[in-house]
Amino acid sequence: MSRERARREPAATTRRDGAAPRREVITAPRRDVRRPRRSVVDDIDEETRIGRVYVQALIRTQLRLGLATVALVVVPLASLPLLFGLVPGVRELQVGPLPLWWLLLGFLVYPAILAVGLWYVRQAERNERQFTDLVEGR
Amino acid sequence: MSTLGAPEMVVVGILLTVLATLLLAAWSSRVARTTGDFYVAARSVPAWWNASAISGEYLSAASFLGVAGLIMAGGADAVWFPVGYAVGYVLLLALVSAPLRRSGAYTLPDFCEARLRSSKVRAAASVLVVVIGWLYVVPQLQGAGLALETMLGTPIWVGGVLVAATVLVVLVGGGMRSVTTVQGFQYWLKLVAMLLPALFLLAAWQLDGRPSALAATPPTFPEPTRVTVAADVTVQVGAPTPVLADGTIDGVPVDGPTVLPRGDVAIAADSEVTFPAGAPVPHVAGSEATTGQAWGRPLHDGTEHPVYRTYALMFALFLGTMGLPHVLVRFYTNPDGRQARRTALIVIGLVGLFYLAPSVHGMLGRLYVPELLMTGRTDAVVLLLPQAVLGGGLLGQLVTALVSAGAAAAFLATATGLTVTVAGVLSQDVVGRIVPDPIHAFRWAAVAAVLVPLALGLLAATLPLAQAVALAFTVAASTFCPLLLLGIWWPRLTDAGAAAGLVLGGSLAVGAITVSTLLPELSGWPDALLAQPAAWAMPAALLTMVLVSRATQHRLHPGVSRIMVRLHTPESAHLRQSWTARGSR
Repeated sequence: MSRERARREPAATTRRDGAAPRREVITAPRRDVRRPRRSVVDDIDEETRIGRVYVQALIRTQLRLGLATVALVVVPLASLPLLFGLVPGVRELQVGPLPLWWLLLGFLVYPAILAVGLWYVRQAERNERQFTDLVEGR
Repeated sequence: MSTLGAPEMVVVGILLTVLATLLLAAWSSRVARTTGDFYVAARSVPAWWNASAISGEYLSAASFLGVAGLIMAGGADAVWFPVGYAVGYVLLLALVSAPLRRSGAYTLPDFCEARLRSSKVRAAASVLVVVIGWLYVVPQLQGAGLALETMLGTPIWVGGVLVAATVLVVLVGGGMRSVTTVQGFQYWLKLVAMLLPALFLLAAWQLDGRPSALAATPPTFPEPTRVTVAADVTVQVGAPTPVLADGTIDGVPVDGPTVLPRGDVAIAADSEVTFPAGAPVPHVAGSEATTGQAWGRPLHDGTEHPVYRTYALMFALFLGTMGLPHVLVRFYTNPDGRQARRTALIVIGLVGLFYLAPSVHGMLGRLYVPELLMTGRTDAVVLLLPQAVLGGGLLGQLVTALVSAGAAAAFLATATGLTVTVAGVLSQDVVGRIVPDPIHAFRWAAVAAVLVPLALGLLAATLPLAQAVALAFTVAASTFCPLLLLGIWWPRLTDAGAAAGLVLGGSLAVGAITVSTLLPELSGWPDALLAQPAAWAMPAALLTMVLVSRATQHRLHPGVSRIMVRLHTPESAHLRQSWTARGSR
């Protein structure tokens, strides 16, 4: 029964014959009026300690991801000159007509860093999604 | 120096690029009306187009011409240049892109002010933007002069003036919105002008029986070759070489057959020397005639301390990219942090695609235009190869026109991007105090931002393009790189720490480079350390920022945690307070 009808009903059913009007429960506690729920977003907004903890956790996660990404690219590249310096024979390796060195640094390095970059973007966006879900209480 | 047989096509290629640039600028500047448009294109540029514009701006003449030239001269060790130019974007993507965009500031000085609340750090950053910008743009203008001289025989100042004039017209007309359109277009032009000729050249090389660039002998002239020397040059001759000469050799006028003696030989400007087929190529003084084998091998022994130099170059290029002001300003044109990240990712792809080609040009250059090793103008290899390999017929001429157009785009794109950035800083921090109207201030600043490097370029000595540009990377790596890393990830960075690090890193890098330029007779470790200071100047600046900040924690301003929230919180988390302080409109 709609609330609208419930309000009109008593008037419509008042009887001259003196019979007691039918009693009805006309309202239930309204479910859509909730006490505003406090979310982490408010904590961040108001710079409470808990808000700060959430943000610091996000920063730390993203920093760790960023550094891992950099390491993934820089460590292999930076070890090459050392390798060539220590084991000069490696400089002579060939793949078909091309020296291995040219193949690696002239061509293969570019798709490789693009793949690492793609992985980074996916991870970073995932971290942010998790953070958003957490703080907005979804 | 072999001036081309058919210069008309070069002129056509260059003029078409300049014309297309001006038309695009005029068309898109009709949309640029507000000050916001002028600076950051109102932040409405889609990620892929913004990425094209960043790549277009980033791939300067150093990439289009210089990388292939360095590879031709230096071989395997020079391959680090394109790798470094591309890897720099991985670091920028992973450590800087999204937080920087979320900072909401327009320029690097804006970022300093927002993060550190210090007008002094802002001033230091402004000075550095101008220094880096001019260090980067001077070789572009010089390179344009050299390229035009090589192709057409015009006086050395013509190229620089042409580039400077076009840049001015574009900037005074439309600001950044038009620059975004123009530079996106210029990326695709450069990509086609680099990859397509590379494919034609490889096909011709295949038909030629695939001569190896990795031979056991130093390069020789494949056929009788007439070399025109544009500027005085001293060459090292390995064995007495009979030639036909017309000009002045070792101070003596010659006209007819002669023999170049073993040792150093001075050849005066405008001399013509014709070498027989099979003659070994004399190399310009200071560069060793290496065998193909040694050329294709990393750490070959042309320089001292090649391992240190390789690492120093990595420091400069990997870390310098994130500190290039003209690249960073582009990230503010993304709508949000997420798009900024995607833009950086696309840039890695676009730039990487481009860098597949220069090593092909460098290798074929040793086979087909070895005379560049003699004149020292290896930066022209991309321009001269098509005619040398494909011949003077229609195909050779069309491809030459294409590479000329690409080279013009390279000079214009980077010069425009750098000038807009330098002009932005000048107009905000210098001219804006005198001229109240921001658009007028920007125009005056643009004029200053073009004319100063043009004058410097005419006065200063020239270096190979890619090496000259690496100096700008070195200064950026030693200053803005530590500032950004700490400013974004370390809340305890103070204004005093940042200022100390910027001043120290900047002075160390600029000082070392200046000393090594003024004292060319240095050798051994002093030379290696001073010529490539990034490997020690950057850590020194970083350490200084950390130590001074730790000692000055009382100066930490109370708003820093709010700023850290703003830098790192995704836009999808709907914070109710306005966390964007200044800058966003």
